[in-house]
Amino acid sequence: MTAPVTSTVIRFRVNGHDREMLVPVRLTVAELLRDRLGLTGTKVSCEMQVCGACTVVVDGDPVSSCAALACDLDGTEVLTVEGLAQGRDLHPVQEAFMEANALQCGFCTPGFIMMAVALLDAHPDAGAEDVREWMDGNLCRCTGYAPIETAVTLAASRLTAATAEDGQ
Amino acid sequence: MTAVPRSDAWEKVTGRARYAVDMALPNMAHAAVVRSERAHARIAGIDRAEAEAAPGVIAVVTADDLGDLGRRFGHIVPDHAVLADGKVRYYGEPVAVVVAETPHQAADAADLVWVDYDDLPALTDSATALASDTLIHEQSYAEPGQEFLGVAPTPSADNVAHRGELAWGDAEAALAEAAAVVETTARFPLVYGYAMETYNALADWQPGSLHVVSTAQHPLMVRKELARMFSLPLAAVRVEVPYIGGGYGSKSYTKLEPLAAAASWASGRPVRVTTDVEAAMYTTRADGAVVTVRTAFDAGARICARDIDIRFDTGAYADNSPLVLTKSINRSFGPYRIPNLRVRGVAAYTNTAPASSYRGFGAPQGALAGELNMDMAADRLGIDPVELRRRNLLAPGDTIIDGKRPLDADLAADIDAIVNALDQHAADRDAAVQASGDQHAAVHAGTLRGRAVAVTASDAGASPISTAQVRMHADGSVTLLVSSTEMGQGSRTALAQIAARELGVDLDAVAVGQSDTRFTPFEWTTGASRTTTVVGLAVQAACADLWDNLRAKAAESAGVPVDDVIVHGGRLHLAAETLAPAEVIRQWFGADAGEVVGVGVIRRDGATEMLPPFWEIGAVGVEVSVNEATGEVSVEHLVTVGDVGHAVNPDLVKGQDLGAATQGLGIALWEEMVYDGEQLTNPNLIEYRVPRLRDTPRRVTSVLAERGDGAGPYGAKGAGEGALNPVPAAVAAAVGRAVGVWPTELPLTPPRVWSLLQQAEQ
Repeated sequence: MTAPVTSTVIRFRVNGHDREMLVPVRLTVAELLRDRLGLTGTKVSCEMQVCGACTVVVDGDPVSSCAALACDLDGTEVLTVEGLAQGRDLHPVQEAFMEANALQCGFCTPGFIMMAVALLDAHPDAGAEDVREWMDGNLCRCTGYAPIETAVTLAASRLTAATAEDGQ
Repeated sequence: MTAVPRSDAWEKVTGRARYAVDMALPNMAHAAVVRSERAHARIAGIDRAEAEAAPGVIAVVTADDLGDLGRRFGHIVPDHAVLADGKVRYYGEPVAVVVAETPHQAADAADLVWVDYDDLPALTDSATALASDTLIHEQSYAEPGQEFLGVAPTPSADNVAHRGELAWGDAEAALAEAAAVVETTARFPLVYGYAMETYNALADWQPGSLHVVSTAQHPLMVRKELARMFSLPLAAVRVEVPYIGGGYGSKSYTKLEPLAAAASWASGRPVRVTTDVEAAMYTTRADGAVVTVRTAFDAGARICARDIDIRFDTGAYADNSPLVLTKSINRSFGPYRIPNLRVRGVAAYTNTAPASSYRGFGAPQGALAGELNMDMAADRLGIDPVELRRRNLLAPGDTIIDGKRPLDADLAADIDAIVNALDQHAADRDAAVQASGDQHAAVHAGTLRGRAVAVTASDAGASPISTAQVRMHADGSVTLLVSSTEMGQGSRTALAQIAARELGVDLDAVAVGQSDTRFTPFEWTTGASRTTTVVGLAVQAACADLWDNLRAKAAESAGVPVDDVIVHGGRLHLAAETLAPAEVIRQWFGADAGEVVGVGVIRRDGATEMLPPFWEIGAVGVEVSVNEATGEVSVEHLVTVGDVGHAVNPDLVKGQDLGAATQGLGIALWEEMVYDGEQLTNPNLIEYRVPRLRDTPRRVTSVLAERGDGAGPYGAKGAGEGALNPVPAAVAAAVGRAVGVWPTELPLTPPRVWSLLQQAEQ
């Protein structure tokens, strides 16, 4: 009888860098990012995929990192809040959150930003209802949501304008 | 002043902001808490052998292992066991802590600690507990002569955690003689002040010192309790609080810190303890309440008397509930002229999660019945509910409670602003209906509408004890040190704005250091909406002290009397020259070096001699629609008035108001911790539902009332709790008007509203 597999090697990219790691099979993506890679921008709260605080983008899709296993990251590309800015230049979604005062305690902010990034990457023409539908899966306890909705809508309109300009 | 951007925004959008849960120490170990699986039982034995033998385990700690450490904590009544000592009093109570090398190892080993229980009757609601012969606490932990914020603990007996009473005139006689008496009983649910960063603490005990990093809102209060538990001087205990991922009062006072510190002491390692949402719900919730209000009116609809009974479900340990009850008594009868009053309150120990502070504490519980009662009275007396309030409201300068600060707000003007906004929305809607014709009307068939206004006045601000320190550097820039915590309210930004204005420097030239008791000065608490007002005054005083010190140094350097140096326009004017503060510093030190320090101390003196430091106003209006078929309630329009005297940063005030009101909507419509027997049936965020983006009001009007009538800087008063306090009552009254039957309990979930609709049909 062979011993049960308790760890596995995964190869993946996180924020543009290739990684190869031996991870316990029980390790969550959030634990991998926070405890092994020091990427503490990803936050954990409900641990049940309902609050969205731990949202990261895996191969373009928003994923609750608290409920995904690190071993399943093999062969994927992961983007976290730390990977958004280009040097000193913030991502338009980050800028919009600052401008719209769309945060208070900030604990939900990385998750909202990553969800908005996933939305606008998938649907650059996202309208008000798309924003409401996508952002409904993230919780914020401080702001009452209105400034967050404003921020995502602002980022969407800017990205649409920028895309239109590029097209000309 | 101005709506400058938050100083913490860049850190927070880039994921760089550090919270307690992100902090680590060298050689740190991890703890998992073994929690009680009984609501009320004696501990017959704890078998830890298997856990101790598990991989990575460093120590298993129970109450028996605490040696000389203090076994109990509690800032009002030290009744709270660090680890269950002989018996457990609620499901979820910490019984043991397992310390291991990794979080997984700790969690695995915690499952191997076997606890034997001898069951006792579980008293899981306040009425049962007060009527029972079974005692949750066999002895009283109230210490004679001790008091907290003027609240002397009630020696516990018969499961009473605290009692209070406030009375003047003869309420009974007035009720007997009145033209009309209207009675309301309303039940305020058990709610959880869900902060997204759940409670956590990291402790590093070393011989003669203790360093704790935690989510505490009040680091100095925690320091005091830890110093007592470890018999250490205050100076030897360092409590550090980085950014807090949401507080709302739920992180007031001491939570996990004693557990983490005991685990560090027992294992000799730095130890982190965290909670998941379930453990957080069992750590602290808000007091549930059943409140009965009887109001007597004369023939002119003027209040003759109010008689109020408040019964709290306080859970297994007192925590802050004696103060919450006292505040509920003070906040239950409303800012009305009441010639005869009697309010009686009792907080019952029950075998449920301990209750403590949550945003506005005591006010929402009292106002639910108190303000709903005003609406019911208006109905009975046949007058408009706003008119009934106008007829009875206190005017600026009137006494609310004898011996306390007179009312420092114009409530009639606040209500006018609300009514105007509600009317505007109704007019806009009518216009839209007219424009769209029958189509619009058809869509809205089967929809009932109701609107309501509610007001509260809270004795807020807590104790005006605060110290601020400003250090001006050789280039004229400033480091401001305060111990108020930053949990999202924006104190770091607002206090920097005050310092910049007082010192005549750019906001960019002010850096703020916060909440590390080794380095930052004394602060009572960060709660009760007090920071801008009380700490703001301390910052102003520190800046004045800095100017005095700069004047003295300028005079000394120039060899002239201090009186010859005049401060004006951010500069120091002498007969011969005019100097910038930086020049004074460099001149005095004789180098491009050195710094000058100003200290500001606030106590019960001057502007803050009279308590409360300010009355925090809650004034809101709501319009709701009710789906007749489903009982679903939608908030069509929410109006908040931030009656803050002066808005140091208007965006921050509006952010507080909308956030607080949204939490109020959560209590009104969705949130309730449900005990079924000994444990919670919904200890998670799937079944404990908090407001989501698509639940938010269709329209929000946020009004700022800046009348300069506060005791704080530039006439400021606090914000943060006010906009929550009247919201549950306003929603209940609006739903009552829409349906035609007054609700008696919250939250107004679709099944509850549907059953009101059925009652209305009968």
